[in-house]
Amino acid sequence: MWDYTDKVKDHFFNPRNVGEIEDADGIGEVGSLACGDALKLTFKLDKNGKIVDAKFKTFGCASAIATSSVLTEMIKGLTLQEAAKITNKDIADYLGGLPEQKMHCSVMGREALEAAIENHRTGGKKKHELQGNIVCTCFGVTDKEIERVVRENNLTTVEQVTNYCKAGGGCGGCQGEIEKLIEKIHGDKIKEITPPAPRIGGRLKNIQKIQLIQQTINEQIRPALRAHGGNIELIDVEGNKVIVAFRGMCAQCRLTEFTMKDVVEAKLREFVSKDLFVEEDKDSANQPHNHRE
Amino acid sequence: MNTIYFDNNATTKVAEEVLDEMNPLFCKLYGNPSSMHTFGGQISHRIRKAREQVAALLGCEPAEIIFTSCGTESDNAAIKGTLAAYPDRRKVITTRVEHPAVLSVCRDLENHGYTVVELSVNKPGRLDLAELEEHLDDDTAIVSIMYANNETGVIFPIDKIVEMVTDKDVVFHTDAVQAVGKIPLNLSKSNIDLLSLSGHKLHGPKGIGVLYVKKGTRLAPFMQGGHQEAGRRAGTENVPGIVGLGKACELVGQNLEEENNKVKYLRDKLENTILEKCPDSHLNGDNENRLPNTTNISFEFIEGEAILLMLDKFGICASSGSACTSGSLEPSHVLRAMGVPFTAAHGSIRFSLSRYNTEQEVDFTIEKLPPIINRLRELSPFVAK
Repeated sequence: MWDYTDKVKDHFFNPRNVGEIEDADGIGEVGSLACGDALKLTFKLDKNGKIVDAKFKTFGCASAIATSSVLTEMIKGLTLQEAAKITNKDIADYLGGLPEQKMHCSVMGREALEAAIENHRTGGKKKHELQGNIVCTCFGVTDKEIERVVRENNLTTVEQVTNYCKAGGGCGGCQGEIEKLIEKIHGDKIKEITPPAPRIGGRLKNIQKIQLIQQTINEQIRPALRAHGGNIELIDVEGNKVIVAFRGMCAQCRLTEFTMKDVVEAKLREFVSKDLFVEEDKDSANQPHNHRE
Repeated sequence: MNTIYFDNNATTKVAEEVLDEMNPLFCKLYGNPSSMHTFGGQISHRIRKAREQVAALLGCEPAEIIFTSCGTESDNAAIKGTLAAYPDRRKVITTRVEHPAVLSVCRDLENHGYTVVELSVNKPGRLDLAELEEHLDDDTAIVSIMYANNETGVIFPIDKIVEMVTDKDVVFHTDAVQAVGKIPLNLSKSNIDLLSLSGHKLHGPKGIGVLYVKKGTRLAPFMQGGHQEAGRRAGTENVPGIVGLGKACELVGQNLEEENNKVKYLRDKLENTILEKCPDSHLNGDNENRLPNTTNISFEFIEGEAILLMLDKFGICASSGSACTSGSLEPSHVLRAMGVPFTAAHGSIRFSLSRYNTEQEVDFTIEKLPPIINRLRELSPFVAK
């Protein structure tokens, strides 16, 4: 059971400002049913440009509801400029803190607020748009968003990034990219990511090479394929030729060719040896039992 | 506030009679059954009796019962012990809806060069046995398929599956942690080779499990050390746990049918009334082949953790397949394997009953739940006004 503060419980059991403002001056909608939480924030301005009323509707867990409720209280009486300065940390602090794994709720609150302000500035035309390039395809999180939560909350690990904005929490395929982003943001503060095994400059002994190939497949390649319902098996190694077989969804996927070169071969060259090339095992490629559905 | 406990697939209350049997074994009869002196040696009689009690419930020989520390250990021992006994076979078949105690073990095997086949299920959570038939071959070391699913209560046709598997001379293991004590089993008429069960799911204590090993089944020991359990599972016996489990099995066996009819009546009343009173709610899982105590219901447009916390305020204990309660960001792997849309998986609630539940508890829950659902839907942006 989550350790929620009394303030979180209060705002969950007695949420303030539930609903939608009919002729709102700003509407912000973020999240989706598929992601597990979503928030629609609406606000109304008075003649001085201050937020006079704010309402919310939220799909999500207790902390998502509490965060939304508290956000509507926080922004009332503020100008849009003042409101725009609110960070996810401010929201979490106002609640007396959130469990680490629930910090993404506070980020969702801040995003909804931003989206609503943007919607107002563009005269109600613009809805929330993603900025930057998608890093996490499972939850649709961009590099810009990741960079922002890392900076605002001084995050140092991939796990923290996942807790704060969900990125990396689905298939896990983007975790390497997130790690690189964190590294870039903190500059030299974070130590270099070490490859999973010692890369030996000179010649690898055969047995070492095979072990390293198996390890790279296990740790670097399989998780990415698994996310799409597929799998890969190492069949044999002949000199620099690595023979693999695709299983599950991968076996019938048209992108196999692409996966082979851009994922499997690239990873093996990165982590084992740049001389390697990959071939698909012909026998198992034609077996009908590879499909699952 | 009274606790209304509808989470019996997670764990159960220890029966008072079970505790009474266990009590003297802590401070009075604390000897080691392996000792030569009478004080310790007398304990071995109690273990023998417990072994007989478990065997009687399962319809097997006492010698086929190995006591372990939990259901998870039994699953690990069954799978890894079989693979070690058949080193030349490199394939494992299981299902996508197994408990992590089986699924995580199998997925890890892939990293050790094994081929792992995860059979899929359809919308009601049923297996396609043709898919199993297709994958069974002489490279298959073990097939591990659960008896009944912990989240939905769906019961797999184990009798048919066992025949298919043993016809091909492949070892068959079933995780029966949720089935034992809830539906009758008779291993004397079955070819199941290995079966796992857990004490705390049938009103026994936590920290005790059983691995049934059919006579003649090849299995490498999982825990090595002393000669306990005939060398098949080393480690000083958890005497209070073993004795408690024995008693729990005896109690379960006494009135299984009668108790189940009562539990099923309560479950059906709870389920039918909820589905009737709450619009946009539906049952997850096969309605025909299901444990009598389990119901898994999805409520559209709202999220499970919020429902659970509101139920908790009334002392009602249930569980959810939503992402927020699973500790990860994705909802239940079982519901996803069944093709339940994310939207419905996030709002799924499982109620699992036991013989200790009463009709008043069901009536109270039926009264409290619909307003909770309505209240959360008023908060939800996905419900049209």
